[in-house]
Amino acid sequence: MALQNIWFLLWGLLWAIYFITDGFDLGIGSLYPFLGKSDADKRTMINAMGPVWDGNQVWLLTAGGVTFAAFPLVYAVMFSSLYTALMLILFALIIRGVSFEFRHKIDDPKWTKIWDTCIFVGSVLPAILFGVAFANIFRGIPFDQEGVYQGTLLTLLNPYGLLGGLLFLLLFLQHGSLWLSIRSQGPIHDRAVKTANGIWPVLLVVAVVFLIATKFATGLYDNYLAHPVLFVIVLLAVAGLFGAKVFLSRKEIFKAWVASAVTIIGCTFFGVVGLFPNLFPSSIDPAYSLTAHNASSSPLTLKIMLFVALFFVPLVLAYQIWSYQLFKDKIRTEDMMY
Amino acid sequence: MDALLLSRFQFAATTMFHFLFVPLTLGLSIIVAYMETKYVRTGDKTYLDMTKFWAKLFLINFAVGVVTGITLEFQFGTNWSRYSAYVGDIFGSLLAIEATASFFLESTLIGVWIFGWNKLSKKAHAAVMWLVALGSHLSAVWILVANAWMQSPVGYTIREGRAELTDFAAVVTQKFAVVKIIHTISSAMVLGAFFIMGISAYHLLKKKNVDFFNRSFKTGLGFAVVFSLVVFIMGDLNGVVVGEKQPAKLAAMESLWETQKAAPVYMFAWPDEENGRNTIEIGPIPGALSLLVKHDFNAEIKGLNDFPKEEHPPVLITSFAFKGMVGLGTVFILLSIAGLFLKDKLVNTPLYLKIMVAAIPLPYLAIQLGWLVTEIGRQPWIVYGLMKTAEADSPIAASQVGISLAAFIIVYGLLGLAGFYLIARKAIQGPDLDGDDNGHGAIGQPLKTT
Repeated sequence: MALQNIWFLLWGLLWAIYFITDGFDLGIGSLYPFLGKSDADKRTMINAMGPVWDGNQVWLLTAGGVTFAAFPLVYAVMFSSLYTALMLILFALIIRGVSFEFRHKIDDPKWTKIWDTCIFVGSVLPAILFGVAFANIFRGIPFDQEGVYQGTLLTLLNPYGLLGGLLFLLLFLQHGSLWLSIRSQGPIHDRAVKTANGIWPVLLVVAVVFLIATKFATGLYDNYLAHPVLFVIVLLAVAGLFGAKVFLSRKEIFKAWVASAVTIIGCTFFGVVGLFPNLFPSSIDPAYSLTAHNASSSPLTLKIMLFVALFFVPLVLAYQIWSYQLFKDKIRTEDMMY
Repeated sequence: MDALLLSRFQFAATTMFHFLFVPLTLGLSIIVAYMETKYVRTGDKTYLDMTKFWAKLFLINFAVGVVTGITLEFQFGTNWSRYSAYVGDIFGSLLAIEATASFFLESTLIGVWIFGWNKLSKKAHAAVMWLVALGSHLSAVWILVANAWMQSPVGYTIREGRAELTDFAAVVTQKFAVVKIIHTISSAMVLGAFFIMGISAYHLLKKKNVDFFNRSFKTGLGFAVVFSLVVFIMGDLNGVVVGEKQPAKLAAMESLWETQKAAPVYMFAWPDEENGRNTIEIGPIPGALSLLVKHDFNAEIKGLNDFPKEEHPPVLITSFAFKGMVGLGTVFILLSIAGLFLKDKLVNTPLYLKIMVAAIPLPYLAIQLGWLVTEIGRQPWIVYGLMKTAEADSPIAASQVGISLAAFIIVYGLLGLAGFYLIARKAIQGPDLDGDDNGHGAIGQPLKTT
């Protein structure tokens, strides 16, 4: 039914927006011990995310909430199947979230070190695990007819899953280093630009390997081969990737960041469109797979939620963009509230 | 220890922990916004100092509230997958709306508030805090509508073993939800008010920053007087709707075993749940329960023995939590009214000040007891009359839940200690009135870097 298909795409869109927003926060947090040489550097990195990280994180809650509302069976089976991975992501996000607020409150290096560790672990773990989770969704998860997961955390850490984790990490490192470049100045800015340049070739290689591996590990290309026009999504991701490199070499950092966002959106939709109509495929038997058509809520719910989404998503984007505009200039010491 | 019991403990522990922080966020967001508005209107610097000081405490608290909230959204799926599949249409929608309509508002604008002192006009900056308060309160509204649906399911039909939405308006506007919302939000105002009054009392006892803390105390006092009364009135209305929709819960709250007209309220009752009676009953006030719940002295109230035994909620916890909450609610009214009489000579009434310092944890306790009443009193149902909690958990290994529960206890334990330590430390330190705060970041001032 059309409503289910619309919601399938909206679901993908919400995840994409989460990845292009909190993605750079997770990226900066993952780079934290490497680029943050002095306390001033670390504070710059934190404050680069400072005004926006919390609003960014809500896109995750929205993506999860929408999964629950539009595809409750998927929410139920996915969250219980991926229990351990999700708990790890959760604890990581918890320790990251309080670190920004707690870190500067006590002038003691032992205290500061605790929260520095929390920022790093709390960023790098979700970055990798989101990739692992989605790669496994593309590949198919071993759950049975009752929706009972027949694996463990280790099941998810298969080569394709780990490749997905690596891809997401690199995408976020790229995205984060570009954001940091936009908002910082001086030596740390230069280091951030250098990082973005250094990550790019690694990202390119891993992205290509991932595209190839996807052919062997998943059935994602079936939709593309049946409707070749869909390959434009892959082209979009590729254009974004090369665009980032071109803009970076021209020192047009903001455009490079936008191109990086396009890459992430392209990658997300590559997966989502390839999955369609599956939302949570079963690797035990395709008959058990949860799809947009067998796992959704009632038409009335989908309709009401569509009105809610069409009203609130543009509104939220508008005031979030406004808040981004407010804080687009380079960070100075006097701006550092964290 | 099976997965079900562990999941119950985990849900209870993580929700109660989250709700240690939420009420203060709700209450302080309004009071801080009010203080900042007073500053904008009067230009009086003390109001600005008050805004900045109380906001410091607010922000520490806000951070813990936000992160512990993520847990809850995940947990319906991770640990209560059968519940989620059953109620997704309704409960899932309400959660999704909570995220899009409210979480975005508070989380986006809090960043603007923290970082925007020098970027926005005074008026705009104050308005931002009101929007943060609005976001937090809208979030409370949506989650309470969702909880109200669990207690009193409306606007649905059962199709293919799931609850399907048929009437969204019915879900959102039902009396049970409205009463619950006003009651809970008011209790958060009381907590915020007593938090401010208690900390102010601490400094007034030491005669430090007397003008600052006199004004802070009086600001809190106004909210305390109004909202402690509103909580109480709404509490009574809550009893009415519970009597209508959840008669077994009501009977458990009052430890009433036999159906009767002119049903009494007992000052004290010790239940014997095995044998369906009270071992001890002290001070029955005849007809009081009928009067409170049905507004008719002679109305018949159903006793627990009229319900199948397996539909009895745990009576001891439910009734004691209820009585405790009501007792505390009464104390809050009395302390607030006392404050009205003493507000212009606080510094000279050390006994009252000491009581108010000691009273800081009491609204926290009352609110936790209230949640115990409503959630434990709803057992064995997860959706009252439709689905039992025992049928709702995820089909996962007990060991997984055991590990996550242990992790929550450790992480939340440390988080709670750190958070409350930071709040207490700043509260005791007092406001930074000369603008530098030992280099630790007076709000709106640069932080020192090494």
